[in-house]
Amino acid sequence: MTELVHRRSLAERIFIALAFAVSGLVLMVPLAVIFAFAFREGVGVYFSNILERNTLHAIGLTVLTSLVVVPINIVFGVCAAWLVTRFRFPGRQFLITVIEIPFSVSPIVAGVIYLFLYGGQGLLGPALASVGIQLMFTLSAIFLVSLFVTAPFVARELIPLMQQQGSEDEEASLSLGANGWQMFWFVTLPNIRWALLYGAILCNARVMGEFGAVSVVSGAIRGQTNTLPLQISLLFNDFNVTGSFAAASVLALASVITLVLKTLVESKGRH
Amino acid sequence: MTTRARRSKHLLPGFGLTLGVTMLYLVIIVVLPLLAMLLKVGGMGWPEFWRIISMPRSLAAYRVTFGSALVATAVNGVFGMLMAWVLTRYRFPGKRLLDALIDLPFALPTAVAGLTLVTLFSQTGWYGQLLEPLGIKVNYSQLGIIVAMIFTSIPFVVRTVQPVLEDLQVDLEEAAKTLGATNWQVFTRIIAPVILPAFMAGCVLSFARSLGEFGAVVFIAGNLPGLTEIVSLLIFIRLDEYNYEAAAALALILLLTAFATLFITNALQAWQLRYTDRTR
Repeated sequence: MTELVHRRSLAERIFIALAFAVSGLVLMVPLAVIFAFAFREGVGVYFSNILERNTLHAIGLTVLTSLVVVPINIVFGVCAAWLVTRFRFPGRQFLITVIEIPFSVSPIVAGVIYLFLYGGQGLLGPALASVGIQLMFTLSAIFLVSLFVTAPFVARELIPLMQQQGSEDEEASLSLGANGWQMFWFVTLPNIRWALLYGAILCNARVMGEFGAVSVVSGAIRGQTNTLPLQISLLFNDFNVTGSFAAASVLALASVITLVLKTLVESKGRH
Repeated sequence: MTTRARRSKHLLPGFGLTLGVTMLYLVIIVVLPLLAMLLKVGGMGWPEFWRIISMPRSLAAYRVTFGSALVATAVNGVFGMLMAWVLTRYRFPGKRLLDALIDLPFALPTAVAGLTLVTLFSQTGWYGQLLEPLGIKVNYSQLGIIVAMIFTSIPFVVRTVQPVLEDLQVDLEEAAKTLGATNWQVFTRIIAPVILPAFMAGCVLSFARSLGEFGAVVFIAGNLPGLTEIVSLLIFIRLDEYNYEAAAALALILLLTAFATLFITNALQAWQLRYTDRTR
């Protein structure tokens, strides 16, 4: 390894240069273009675009969705990981596969399956409608599809880690007289905190950016069920490119923060 | 097995609670919606199902979607290998930045990616004005679909190959070199066999993601039936037409391909584990 570092061969120099050139073209320039276009008519226009009533409402709705969905999927992820890594039972492997399903389902399909459950012609839709509950094209539908799409995010970070850590620490705390909740708070949680945070960050990024699934079930009613990604598309279709980029810059900023946090958590988790 | 299960059940608390929460959640959030769609498709009968999925417009949509995803995956396979190699084997300034940046397509919402790409490649865009004189049109063509798919699935191959390359023992390569192997021989005989399962798993994931991609593609594709209409978009259009049967049938096709890829990646992961056990 050290030998490789001393003398940079021609091939090494070409590879590094290529890596920077291609990443620059496909990753850095697109990121720069978002902010360049958002601010192209000046800072004043930028802020009036952000503060426009429907855009502001969309920002609020997106934040609300992630505040509802991320905590629920953290609880689910911890429960599922505890179940499949600490106990052996028939169907365990199958359960792990079921947890992974949403990860491979296309966003549009995720929206469609919810439509066929809660929609007007869906499996439960008519029954729920008869008791006065309508889920489709409401906030609840946005929450539900977001829960589906990000269900595996926390669990898939925790399962390999908890598998590898084993249960010795937990068993030790129990034999020393801790009860179940004490064991969880003082032993399990500190052991998994970085992986948990990592999963939560990824989950949050996906919730805030989900477009396909939400566009099927939300109805995209302006100022009501329009999340930020839908608002971007709406403004773009209205030929309001600068406004669309202003809305996009909020999500782009969130994703830059996500990347920074992710890198920090990754280096913490390694030590 | 049973004694172990009974022992750990007694030893660690929370079996009932976590089993209850996990099953309840999975049934409500994952299983029930999938079941609802299967019932919808089951209710329409085989001839109707076949008619919908074999319509010329559907066939054209599969061709565009699968063809574009194949090309995008091939590009990302090459780029992903390059990035994984550079990030694990060399030390250079800016490496951490480059490493963090690889995940941008996962962090950036697909709608933002689509908006950005369509602007970059428009006639007056930063890339479009350079490509226009060469006669290359990206927006509203299949090339645009491929570009969007490439962008949204960049991290898969890098992130599956990178950890395997990191674990690969350098002494094997050094031993081969002292025995007179060329760099190319070292790569094809020692490195390639070990990283192959991870590389293929990365490619399958990348392909699956490209098949289902919607947000980025609809911005740039132009969405002309038969030419630049992907399966996801056709489903969306059928819903808009209140043609729920057609939407359900096409969604089932995408769902089945998703299950197939899930199965393949699981098999590849098992293969990978066997390989790493053997080399250790």
